[in-house]
Amino acid sequence: MSASGIGQLSGEPSIIGVQLPAPGVREKTQSRGPWGRLPTKAKVGAVLLGFFILVGLIGPLFAPYDPSYQNPAPNLSLAGPSLTHLLGTTQSGQDVFSQLLNGIRLTLELAFVVGVVATALSVIVGVAAAFLGGMWDELLSLLSNVFLVLPALPLLVVLLGYLKETTQWPTIVVLSVLGWPWGARVIRSQTLAIRNRDFVAASRETGEKGWRIILFDIVPNEVSLIAASFVNTVLYAIGASVALAFIGVADLNSWSLGTMLYWAQSQQALTLGAWWWFIPPGLAVALIGTSLVLLNFGIDEIGNPRLRDAAGAKRRGLSKWSPSDPTPVVRSGARAAVPGHLGASSSRRGNGGPVGTRPRAGSGTGR
Amino acid sequence: MRFLVRRLVFYAVAAWVALTVNFFIPRAMPGNAVQDVMSRFPELQPSAEKALEAMLGVAHPGSMWHQYTSYLGDIFRFNFGVSLSEYPARVSTLLGETIPWTLTLVGTATVIGFLLGTGFGIVAAWRSGGWLDRALPALTFVQALPYFFLALILIEVLGLKLKVFPLGQGYAGTDIPGWNWPFISSAIYHSVLPAFTIVITSVAGWMLQMRNVMITTIGEDYVLAGQAKGLRNRRVVLTYAARNAILPQLSGFANALGFVVSGAIVMEIVFSYPGVGLLLVNAVTSNDYPLMQAIFLVISFAVLIANLLVDLVYVFVDPRARTRTA
Repeated sequence: MSASGIGQLSGEPSIIGVQLPAPGVREKTQSRGPWGRLPTKAKVGAVLLGFFILVGLIGPLFAPYDPSYQNPAPNLSLAGPSLTHLLGTTQSGQDVFSQLLNGIRLTLELAFVVGVVATALSVIVGVAAAFLGGMWDELLSLLSNVFLVLPALPLLVVLLGYLKETTQWPTIVVLSVLGWPWGARVIRSQTLAIRNRDFVAASRETGEKGWRIILFDIVPNEVSLIAASFVNTVLYAIGASVALAFIGVADLNSWSLGTMLYWAQSQQALTLGAWWWFIPPGLAVALIGTSLVLLNFGIDEIGNPRLRDAAGAKRRGLSKWSPSDPTPVVRSGARAAVPGHLGASSSRRGNGGPVGTRPRAGSGTGR
Repeated sequence: MRFLVRRLVFYAVAAWVALTVNFFIPRAMPGNAVQDVMSRFPELQPSAEKALEAMLGVAHPGSMWHQYTSYLGDIFRFNFGVSLSEYPARVSTLLGETIPWTLTLVGTATVIGFLLGTGFGIVAAWRSGGWLDRALPALTFVQALPYFFLALILIEVLGLKLKVFPLGQGYAGTDIPGWNWPFISSAIYHSVLPAFTIVITSVAGWMLQMRNVMITTIGEDYVLAGQAKGLRNRRVVLTYAARNAILPQLSGFANALGFVVSGAIVMEIVFSYPGVGLLLVNAVTSNDYPLMQAIFLVISFAVLIANLLVDLVYVFVDPRARTRTA
């Protein structure tokens, strides 16, 4: 999803700097196709995430056992990893590997549904607020600011405590309803910036309808912003759902990464030395989270040329360079873009928007 | 000034929304608090049902509007009612006992995490491509670990195996709470590990954001101008670049401060720490509706107040905020 999406983006006449790398860099990168142009971090993130999505899609088919099946054999209570049980068994003889395969699916399913719904909401609210302006803008901005200061995790605990769930859906609904305001705020300010650009004015002059301007002029220019907001929301959904399950506010009869951790903890897996029961689900959550953050690094670097220059400086052997050194002279033909100095003039336009100052870059702790 | 007035209006609206949401949640939810209590205490006579209804405010006496105004009146008098799970303790007493624990521990840890992360972010941006910058992906991994997962492993290793730190609780069971040194030292000793876990899981987020904004700022002409004047490196980094780059950090910090009261629900469960988060979870699991509502309200207001404070700071720190329309 990410790779092709970003690849297409760089072909657009974008104002968020996608198309404005330092002159030398461009001739080199353009020959490598969309995938080659991605920063290394983004590639690692995409591959890792792709792996987990694949596991989520087909993993449960390959699960050797029913994750809920309790094998009564006495030697299978808390058995360590073996060939028949790759990740060992739980206290009641359930197969951890099968639970993990199912858990990855359920957790990703929840996170992606929340990501899609919440991101759609934030695009709708953000674009509508900026495009309609006036009263609508005031109202929608107030609404998203109010949602922004509502404390999410306690509200979730209270709401889900009332709802007493039997499926994942209450969690999905509540997480989506609480997950859109950050994105809406960022997308609103970006839309405000785009709305006054010449090509939008041109469309308006030629008599394009409002929804056409939004769909074909404004939204395409916000793809990297929307992608980043989607990734952040997925990250938030995983973190929140796992934390909620750990607290015990979830459907504890289903197998998600969160409920696995809940049962492992409530049955003292660590104290009993059953690391194979506790470590794999936690590690899976962490790896999925890392892949998403790495992906976001990549999106950030595409959207903000200065970050990319900083990342590229190392590759080009300029890591020792600091802004206080004399400006390095770049020979013609060399492709170095020095952070700040040479890159500055070409990337200035790219930093007008809020892209570089997106306040949520991967800070979703404790939520 | 106009900016401040607008913000104040916003906070008034937000506070009203929080109050109203809190009023409607128990009324809109399926299930019945009274039935829950009745089933938990089988010895209760059926006649107790009416009394319970009145006590829980689910009897809905009078019109909705009447209930709403009397609810608002109670809130302003800090009358949150009586806890069901800790009957007959008043909700406000329970809050008073738990909030100081959470505020001290999570507050300190949040500030440390913020300062460290921001500092690291400055260094990582200035020496971009340096070792600190390259350590970012590794730090991200630590941050992506579920908080409780990391905390439980640390408790297991440092607490159970090596016995360096206590396993949990706010203070040793033998101490009597009070302003004496044995108690305070015990409380500090018990807070080291929880604080440490909060700091290491939050540092990466602050660092990443600071680094990214800082890299953008370093490219600005005024930084170059500072260097051209021959100013010391330290001065250029701190007063030219970092000072401007820190503004977005501040609004993040406002949020984090607001979540100090609530933010550590998971931490308090893991460490059985006697704070608000644990109280909230206990309230939820024992269907203690008055307590739940009150905690949620306190948390909402803490977030609002923290945001308001940072808005005020912003006005002093950032001249643009004074002229900008909110």
